[in-house]
Amino acid sequence: MENMHLKLKIWRQGGKFSKKGEFVTYELDNVSEHMSFLEMLDVLNEKLITQREEPVAFEHDCREGICGTCSMVINGHPHGPNAGTTTCQLHMRFFRDGDTITVEPFRAKSFPVVKDLVVERAAFDRIIQAGGFVSINTGQAQDANAIPVSKESATASFDAAACIGCGACVAACPNASAMLFVSAKVSHLALLPQGKVEAKRRALAMVKQMDLEGFGNCSNVTACEAECPKEISVENIARLNREYISAAFVYDEKEEKGGGAG
Amino acid sequence: MSWLTNTLSPVGLGWFGGFLTSSIGKKVLMALTGLFLISFLPIHLLGNLYLLKDDKGESFNLYAEFMTHNKIIKAVSYTLYLSIVLHAIQGLLLWRQNASARGQNYAVKVTRAVGTNARAATRMGWLGTILLIFILLHMYQFWLQMKLGNVPRAAYGNGEIVKDLYNPVMDAFANPTFVIIYVVSMIAIAFHLWHGFQSAFQTLGLNHGKYTPFIKALGKAYSVLIPAGFAIIPIYVYGDSMGWW
Ligand code: HEM
Ligand code: SF4
Ligand code: FES
Repeated sequence: MENMHLKLKIWRQGGKFSKKGEFVTYELDNVSEHMSFLEMLDVLNEKLITQREEPVAFEHDCREGICGTCSMVINGHPHGPNAGTTTCQLHMRFFRDGDTITVEPFRAKSFPVVKDLVVERAAFDRIIQAGGFVSINTGQAQDANAIPVSKESATASFDAAACIGCGACVAACPNASAMLFVSAKVSHLALLPQGKVEAKRRALAMVKQMDLEGFGNCSNVTACEAECPKEISVENIARLNREYISAAFVYDEKEEKGGGAG
Repeated sequence: MSWLTNTLSPVGLGWFGGFLTSSIGKKVLMALTGLFLISFLPIHLLGNLYLLKDDKGESFNLYAEFMTHNKIIKAVSYTLYLSIVLHAIQGLLLWRQNASARGQNYAVKVTRAVGTNARAATRMGWLGTILLIFILLHMYQFWLQMKLGNVPRAAYGNGEIVKDLYNPVMDAFANPTFVIIYVVSMIAIAFHLWHGFQSAFQTLGLNHGKYTPFIKALGKAYSVLIPAGFAIIPIYVYGDSMGWW
């Protein structure tokens, strides 16, 4: 329907609002069903600015579902109630005239709120820094078929690589666990020949960093997969568990410390 | 390659301690102890079914006598007690840690799940607490009284005098309060295992297109049939004492 009237219950924190945060309810008219959720927030912010009020801080970048920036929890669902989409891909046609929509930031101790709906997700960057890479120097591009990769591994790896690092899995998990994210990163590298080389070190290092960041433990609830905008499967978590358990038992860290090239 | 030093275990614990205190290692301990308890329950149930035999407790008491005097079974029981203790302590610690990882709670709280029961999965701590209280009561009521010798004696065919656990059980289940406590606890086990059975396999990394559907189906059948089998005993004994059948 054109020109919906909405009640937006939005979390405001910092700036003119209290340090510990509070909900503020805004009324918004003339919301078109063709708008994305972020465009709707843009309209709200323009209205707030004309009224000389502080606009709602929220994160966005690509607005096409690939960067993973647009974090917020809409009516209890990270990235909104639709499956397999990000907030920027959520359209207002999924709401009804007169709806009250509750918008909160991702909640996790390891994702502190910066302001309003903006949270700090540097914990994910530190997990990637701990091992989410392959140590290969770039050089001449080699023949594409030089290293054979099976269709199954390529597909499974690519499915895992679809993770955009948005953090919705943490936001959705009742334990605020980061296992789906870490398992996607570990899987997408471990399934390919180039990534297999460092698979054991990687699993140990990334899980260690994940634990240091204070995320919860996995209870296999699968809320992460249900809310993940890229529909990353919890099968990756089983793979991470396998990788980690085998690495813990067979990988000797001491050998790594002793010299060598690199 | 400084990132490699990140993989070193926490100081003083060694690599195995590092593994056990990692988020995955903690869950591996939960899964292994949980699966051990799962493997014990059907055996416990088969023995208990002797209680329903109409021989004034002879077969049950002789079975109990055998179970408490066989060396191998004793060793297995101690492993079992240790598993319960480890599983309960680790479970309570995980529950606390997981509850605090959120920080501030959501105003609107909904939990979706894929292929698991979110209601059971998010209540493992509460269900486990009910089970812990039940296990303590159960062991105090029968196991401890038997260990302390606070049970009557009975003599059977070959003149052997054994501890009589059958009659204390019959007395307990003639009391409707105990019947309700036991049946409710079995419902709690059913929900705990509805999630826990398949969860343990996932924790151990055993998720495979060929086997996981079977594991999930087996888990559902197990978590209904085994607790139901246990629950029949107090209900049957109570009905018997009331002359219902
Ligand atoms: C008959 C007794 C019990 C059996 C057979 C059993 C079995 C299991 C199994 C198989 C799991 C899944 C492990 C995994 O996800 O890897 C589990 C999880 C759990 N159990 Fe038990 N359990 C029993 C008693 C208890 C008790 C007494 C407690 C606590 C006081 C408890 C607390 C928990 C908790 C909190 C979890 C969830 C752990 C997590 O996923 O974070 N359980 N149990
Ligand atoms: S696994 Fe899914 S929810 Fe988690 S960070 Fe990656 S894309 Fe986002
Ligand atoms: S803004 Fe990039 S995914 Fe939404």
